[in-house]
Amino acid sequence: MITFDLAEASVRDLNQRLHDLPEDTNERAWRVLNPKGAHALAAGLERPIEVLIEGHVGYYCAGMNKEATVIIDGHCGVGVAENMMSGEVRVKGNASQSAGASAHGGLLVIEGDASARCGISMKGVDIVVGGSVGHMSGFMAQTGTLVVCGDAGQSLGDSIYEAKIFVQGKVESLGADCVEKKIGEHHLAKLSRLLARAGIKADPRNFRRYGSARKLYNFHIDHADAY
Amino acid sequence: MTVDPRALRPSAAFSQQVLAEIHRAADQGLYEIRGFGTKRKLPSFDDLVFLGASVSRYPLEGYREKCATDVWLGTRFAKNPIHLKIPITIAGMSFGALGANAKEAIGRACTEIGTSSTTGDGGMTEEERRSSKTLVYQVLPSRYGLNPDDLRRADAIEVVVGQGAKPGGGGMLLGMKITERVAKMRDLPVGIDQRSACRHPDWTGPDDLTIKIQEIREITNWEKPIYVKVGATRTRYDVALAVKAGADVVVVDGMQGGTAATQDVFIEHVGIPTLPAVRLAVEALQELDMHRKVQLIVSGGIRSGADAGKALALGADAVSIGSAAMVALGCNKPVHVEDYHKIGTEPGYCHHCHTGLCPVGVTTQVPELQARLHPEQGAHWLRNYLSVMTLELQTVARACGKSHVHNLEPDDLVALTVEAAAMAGVPLAGTNWIPGRNNY
Repeated sequence: MITFDLAEASVRDLNQRLHDLPEDTNERAWRVLNPKGAHALAAGLERPIEVLIEGHVGYYCAGMNKEATVIIDGHCGVGVAENMMSGEVRVKGNASQSAGASAHGGLLVIEGDASARCGISMKGVDIVVGGSVGHMSGFMAQTGTLVVCGDAGQSLGDSIYEAKIFVQGKVESLGADCVEKKIGEHHLAKLSRLLARAGIKADPRNFRRYGSARKLYNFHIDHADAY
Repeated sequence: MTVDPRALRPSAAFSQQVLAEIHRAADQGLYEIRGFGTKRKLPSFDDLVFLGASVSRYPLEGYREKCATDVWLGTRFAKNPIHLKIPITIAGMSFGALGANAKEAIGRACTEIGTSSTTGDGGMTEEERRSSKTLVYQVLPSRYGLNPDDLRRADAIEVVVGQGAKPGGGGMLLGMKITERVAKMRDLPVGIDQRSACRHPDWTGPDDLTIKIQEIREITNWEKPIYVKVGATRTRYDVALAVKAGADVVVVDGMQGGTAATQDVFIEHVGIPTLPAVRLAVEALQELDMHRKVQLIVSGGIRSGADAGKALALGADAVSIGSAAMVALGCNKPVHVEDYHKIGTEPGYCHHCHTGLCPVGVTTQVPELQARLHPEQGAHWLRNYLSVMTLELQTVARACGKSHVHNLEPDDLVALTVEAAAMAGVPLAGTNWIPGRNNY
């Protein structure tokens, strides 16, 4: 494992080194020390390497990640794994708002709680939150799956498109055009696989599923008060 | 009873147009959504004129003495700033709003003449990357189609906060234009009305924007110029905050800027005209001692080399055109008139980009209509138009005695109206009066 100490070098140095890795690199295991809330750590990775960050990180950690596995052994700031394309990002602590924003693919696991707008504009990512999520989570969520093992705050799934949301705990309120839907065997199987991949123990049968009522897909004046 | 025409007194408040719009709203229950830009008269560059050289200043010889037009963009932080042969760029217009042929035509024309084109909401198409030597990649609130590969193969990156046609509003693309290809690029169901967000999903305010720009720079290894585009409203503050957030280039889009689709109330009633926006942006840069260090691109209603010259004289480094480029490609041209009629309009009045049934094949995804705009023909028209604009720009610059178009200055301009004098900060013609200054 290669150790990179941010007390001795800059975020720029770290990211450049990670970006410069060739496709056939053997430098696949990295350990980053002293992140101290730095922003854009391990952003823009595109090799199947593993980066363990020991400590808390700032905004946009693992932003636009492709292929890499990034583990944050601490809490993280706004927009962790924003616009992730593939790979896996795991937060062992809590995440601030907009976790996984507009992410297209990969798996984001937040073992603690996530703040507001978790999964906002998500475009195919799978997100598993071990704890609860804040208000407006899944806002305009397009595709992908958001799993919440705890509770969800106000206006869950507001203006949701084709994404699927599973919540085990209480939902404070649903947003515009978001409704509870039947949970079928194939949903349970998918949920079970996701929980297993995330390493979070929970019984899929305790979850409820939410998705789009598809009433706002085309504007109609009779639905004007929902906008 | 016969009608006495002398008794017919129209209402100024309830004009024929206002009456018709109220009747339409009552009938249909929908606010008007349309394309193109503002239709009402606004203070504009038409209200300014150049002071050509005479005895007190001497002009350069037209066609013979050099008048350079090149511009560098992104010199503040980017490792690879871009160098354009002309200071007239093409504004962001999405694939989805425009067809693939139109995007390709724009890319080809820009490459041939030495300027940049810009992607739009919905991501980058292969056609436009392949055809554009210098391509600016937009990062918009919707993040449709955004990915790190395209970020890295762009030549510059534009973080879009807003646009002049609808500052404070998000993108809109009605269901008829969400074809399978457009839907796939945007991760949306086919045929829905796409209303994208008005705010970015992972940042709000200038402090967050600073960190967002830092992230984009990290992902692209500080190579690409980063633009911040704002719709013109509180321009002085927005420009100052964009500079503070670390922008290399600020793009200010005035309310005359066009759109593929938005509410008419947005187009006509939100934002300020380009004329005062240029002055406010330049003043903000000057206050921060960043004028010319952070470059300023101005857009919104630029139609000619004269417009471009006036924007440059007021302090812009470059201008950007959108609607005018579409017109060069054939928008509102009196051909295929029967197809204008099918969508309820006439050539010269068409603002029906939102319908996806553009009779000249520019703003459509319908294959038969798109085929009416061949990319090579479109590129030829747009290149010609950009050449004419550049010649016009050089003509007025030489007349003012300038060997580079960036040497144009506010002293080369006067205003024809009190309003324009106040907005642009140049004297009313024949006076030394600039309303709002020197205690006037």
